[in-house]
Amino acid sequence: METEVKEPEVTEPDLIPVYIMGKRYMVPPTLTIMKAMEYAGYKLIRGCGCRGGFCGACGTAYRIMGDPKLYFGLACQTVVQPDMYLAQIPFFPAQRSTYDITKLEPTATTLFTIYPEVLRCLGCGACTKACPQEIDVRQYMAAGMKGDIATMADLSFDCIMCGLCAVRCPAEEAQYNIAILARRLYGRYLAPRSQHLRERLEEIKAGEFDAQLAGLKRLSREELVARYQAREIEPAERPRGEED
Amino acid sequence: MSGYPPEMQESIRRVEATRMRRLKETMPTMSLEEREQVLNAFHPDYIKEKMRAIRVGVSKGQRMPLELADIVEGRPHIGPDFDLSEPFAETDVLVIGGGGAGASVALLAQENGAKVTLVTKLRFGDANTMMAQGGIQAADRPNDSPAIHYLDVIGGGHFTNVPELVEALVMDAPFVIKWLEDLGMMFDKEPDGTMVERHGGGTSRMRMHSARDYSGAEIMRTLRDEVRNREEDGSTGLTTGITVIEFSPAVELVLDDKGQAVGVVTMNLETETYCYIKAKAVVMATGGGGRLHYQGFPTTNHYGATADGVVMAYRAGTPLGYLESMQYHPTGAAFPEQIVGLLVTEKVRGLGAQPVNKYGEQFVYPLEPRDVEAASFIRECTPPPSPPELGGTEGGQGGRGNGIVTPTGQPGLWLDSPMIEIIQGPGTIQKNLPAMVRQFGRFEIDITKEPMLVYPTLHYQNGGVRLRADCSTEIPGLFMAGEVSGGVHGHNRLMGNSLLEITVFGRRAGRSAAAYAQQAQPGKPTLAHVEAWNRELEETGVDTGVIAPILLPDYTRRV
Repeated sequence: METEVKEPEVTEPDLIPVYIMGKRYMVPPTLTIMKAMEYAGYKLIRGCGCRGGFCGACGTAYRIMGDPKLYFGLACQTVVQPDMYLAQIPFFPAQRSTYDITKLEPTATTLFTIYPEVLRCLGCGACTKACPQEIDVRQYMAAGMKGDIATMADLSFDCIMCGLCAVRCPAEEAQYNIAILARRLYGRYLAPRSQHLRERLEEIKAGEFDAQLAGLKRLSREELVARYQAREIEPAERPRGEED
Repeated sequence: MSGYPPEMQESIRRVEATRMRRLKETMPTMSLEEREQVLNAFHPDYIKEKMRAIRVGVSKGQRMPLELADIVEGRPHIGPDFDLSEPFAETDVLVIGGGGAGASVALLAQENGAKVTLVTKLRFGDANTMMAQGGIQAADRPNDSPAIHYLDVIGGGHFTNVPELVEALVMDAPFVIKWLEDLGMMFDKEPDGTMVERHGGGTSRMRMHSARDYSGAEIMRTLRDEVRNREEDGSTGLTTGITVIEFSPAVELVLDDKGQAVGVVTMNLETETYCYIKAKAVVMATGGGGRLHYQGFPTTNHYGATADGVVMAYRAGTPLGYLESMQYHPTGAAFPEQIVGLLVTEKVRGLGAQPVNKYGEQFVYPLEPRDVEAASFIRECTPPPSPPELGGTEGGQGGRGNGIVTPTGQPGLWLDSPMIEIIQGPGTIQKNLPAMVRQFGRFEIDITKEPMLVYPTLHYQNGGVRLRADCSTEIPGLFMAGEVSGGVHGHNRLMGNSLLEITVFGRRAGRSAAAYAQQAQPGKPTLAHVEAWNRELEETGVDTGVIAPILLPDYTRRV
């Protein structure tokens, strides 16, 4: 439980060694990398944001002693292992272009003009291996090279913009910045717009609900309670094939 | 392979055994009287000894959690003699906070002609907005209306909400959806463009818009990207641009000799230096305080959620409201231990998953308003009363003792996620809940096949600084937006009204602050209110031993 008072109950023999930027600390084996650093005495400023796997602040590169492979993860979501060598990557410089989303067309040309480096992708897949969200970054970059904005937007959707892909890219791309351009182009220009939203906006602008709202604001608590209790609840979805 | 230990798997067998029968069973919703009963007996807000009245300031006597009262009564970082003569920067509109509310304020203030500076404690976007999963409410379907939305909000909030704020919330809602779409946000839609909309707790119409279960992240990264496009960094050539300063939380408001807000003192977290940023208008969008861990609860909140705005605005003389009311989200993760307290989105129930006890039986309607649902969870897990002769207490305080207990002693209840694909078809979970699949999958729990163990977790600050519908406050030039404020949700917020609140009131505050800045006539900056505050603490003998705002929780091990 993450509170300021609770500490994991462990005895000395349970502790395992981890190396924070090369320095050895003994920590409980059940902790995430982030909590292990705090257990070791670090008060985090950089490299700690939402603590829940959504913000991308705590990208971490690590090796396990004796294993030549390089691993990546989010410090808040990855449990420590014995002999882990940790390096936080809370910030990495990345190219980002400025654009006016209202003046673009959702085309390959737009993508290649704003980010010409899209076409430099080598297809090596180092980005995919580094992604803590297990997104196939190489595949969405391949879509980008074809100018396929819809596919790039869909495949990159779960991106938390931690930047680990950019750290590893031999073509020096900032994949996650290119991907958000694709998603915004898709959301604004390619996704179908909803008729019911358009109609509702017209109704509100025409003042169709003004009187209802004015009336509601005047109601006493008792009248509001009565109106609330009399609401009809729209039925939720039922198991398929059942009609009742 | 299952990530659950054998004793928990036994209980899961019972959940599986009742599943097909439960698919056809609907628990009745509670009457208002039943809601009151369970809240009074089991909701953390109703435990009197965990609350106290604050003893200083304009809202003296108001009750709030002990942990919050201690910091609201805290001492300032800086003294009244802090040098304000050479501001570090000057701007028209100064936004405090880099979450969804702050980003919305910055965009609208900039569009309305203001030069904007946004300061934030951590990185721009490290905020609760980023973590919101379930969705955003807006009454835009033909069988719905802003009036029905209004009733849902007021009833969910126990009829104590401020009517003008609720009106703003529900009437602006469809415009916010349009605004987000125009900025390029990807909502879940049918092929013809119809929005996919579902129920949330306490809604009478399906009006929850979503972006998979990354709804808040999608809003945050879109708004942040747009702010960056308008940054004043030379490349854009914008004369009224936005400047973002990270790792620089505000620690004190600065007022002028006429009592108007004219900036803040910030602290550079890395160099630990303080500096004055001068402004014509200040907007607080600092969020809530989950990291204060009221009553020892774990929290869904981001690392920097320490109620800074409430502390600063109150010390400067702005009244507070509704802070005796905190929201405990019914479904925080209860297993595995590494993710205890993290959010399991209400969308899981919106898609059809039922909460069930250790016997595999339902015990509450799945989508009561959040406070009622959470209190019902706590009742189900609390042991039953033992007879008075064994030292137990009489009356209704005892629970039902039907919870599951993990190997580390954490109680919980099952959220039967595999039901979702029986109801909605195979693939529904991966498509709609990729973040949840990923989070539990990291610990070898496949939520398409096994249920999740959940228990209430500290989620949201219902109350805060009082504001008007245009986001102005008692202090001229000081505006509020988002979770820092109080009133729109009354004593309980419904799911999907927080992402709505930050955008509705963020936009309003941006417009209001830009308009105010145009005609503002700032006087001489002073810290007289700091002097007055210190004097009041001394005269009343109040000393909680805290320097506030505390900025970050301390999780380092004490050895």
